[in-house]
Amino acid sequence: MSKVMNSFMEAISDIQDGATLIVGGFGLCGIPEKSIEALCDSGVKNLTVASNNCGVDDAGLGKLLVNKQIKKMIASYVGENKMFEKQFLNGELEVELSPQGTLAERIRAGGAGIPGFYTATGVGTPIAEGKETKEFNGKTYLLEQGIVGDFALVKAWKADTLGNLVYRKTAMNFNPLAATAGKITIAEVEEIVEAGELTPEEIDTPGIYVQRVLLGTDYEKRIERLTVRKA
Amino acid sequence: MTETRNTIVKRAVEEIQDGMNVNLGIGMPTLVANEIPDGMTVLLQSENGLLGIGPYPVEGQEDADLINAGKETITTVPGSSFFDSAESFAMIRGGHIDLAILGGMEVSEQGDLANWMIPGKVVKGMGGAMDLVVGAKRVVVIMDHVNKHGESKVKSTCSLPLTGLGVVDRLITDLAVFDFTDDGMVLVETFAGVTIDEVKEKTEASFTISSDFKTR
Repeated sequence: MSKVMNSFMEAISDIQDGATLIVGGFGLCGIPEKSIEALCDSGVKNLTVASNNCGVDDAGLGKLLVNKQIKKMIASYVGENKMFEKQFLNGELEVELSPQGTLAERIRAGGAGIPGFYTATGVGTPIAEGKETKEFNGKTYLLEQGIVGDFALVKAWKADTLGNLVYRKTAMNFNPLAATAGKITIAEVEEIVEAGELTPEEIDTPGIYVQRVLLGTDYEKRIERLTVRKA
Repeated sequence: MTETRNTIVKRAVEEIQDGMNVNLGIGMPTLVANEIPDGMTVLLQSENGLLGIGPYPVEGQEDADLINAGKETITTVPGSSFFDSAESFAMIRGGHIDLAILGGMEVSEQGDLANWMIPGKVVKGMGGAMDLVVGAKRVVVIMDHVNKHGESKVKSTCSLPLTGLGVVDRLITDLAVFDFTDDGMVLVETFAGVTIDEVKEKTEASFTISSDFKTR
């Protein structure tokens, strides 16, 4: 059975109000643009979203914020987004800040069936408040919990019809982790090939983690900070 | 680059040795990359999933799929590798990064660092800073010695929310270099034209003077 679907609206149609989503990407790099757009069109509300960032005002997850579709955001850095700031200060948006490495590991752990783990990250800081600690070899560690999503939205470079994924450069970032942590993982890609056309060695995310595959076209891939040197 | 920044960045690059894997923070630490001497093999890590950051691309060659942790377009060097964010922080948390050079808002005499949040201002998030300060083998903080009001940023205890507790190994300011040791905070260097009295006057923290103290 092919995992390839033709319509983004159809692929996200069972994401309901109050769902928890894990979304790949770092800044605007490697974000599932097309799935996010479909969610905007669907109008689904009260979402809890775990993603490293929350886009910018008019791109990425920022579009869902503008529509007030996000109830709670779990992220490590949200500094690029004025709408975020406004909704947070108004009390419309709940925010859970998680250090970037802890967030990555929480998603990895969630996908790997590990409910919690200890890390030294954040000991003695505000994020340690209310968290259990334990000493190992005389050093203090914090208990952090894994995250599992009702859905994961990921962006890869290529997929085959069985949902095996290959990423491109730093657009990989959180995507392979997110792919493992969704009960249903929706992958959008720039090219879909037949099973067997990707070599087993090159596959980053085995298709077992991926339930739905969609071909995206006309990717914006906006660059947040264009930096160049003279030739 | 201002004279102050230039002093700090030129001194910071001396912390980097041939063969090291190094993470440079966003802002002033990023500038250290330009000063790494030719002929040294140093791999710069970007926590979004790259070991081996190269220079900025030539105009027209930029690739939206290739950015650093500051979301700037970059290139890669020969021998570089891409990986996911969990792998990136396994590298960091697991003690595989030899050196992290980070910016600071406040450093205390215990080596505590605050660099992510000012109460009353909008919270942007810590990004990877909390992971880097506990994970890197050596943490060097670079920052101005005093803030724009002339108040010392080198404190007896940090007044801002912490990024990490007792995590700083060395502090480089525009006036001096300090180490954080089992015997407390130690002044190891001052820059040319800076007296120990001036450093004392502009430092809230208590420190001793190293037996190897030198003026550069």
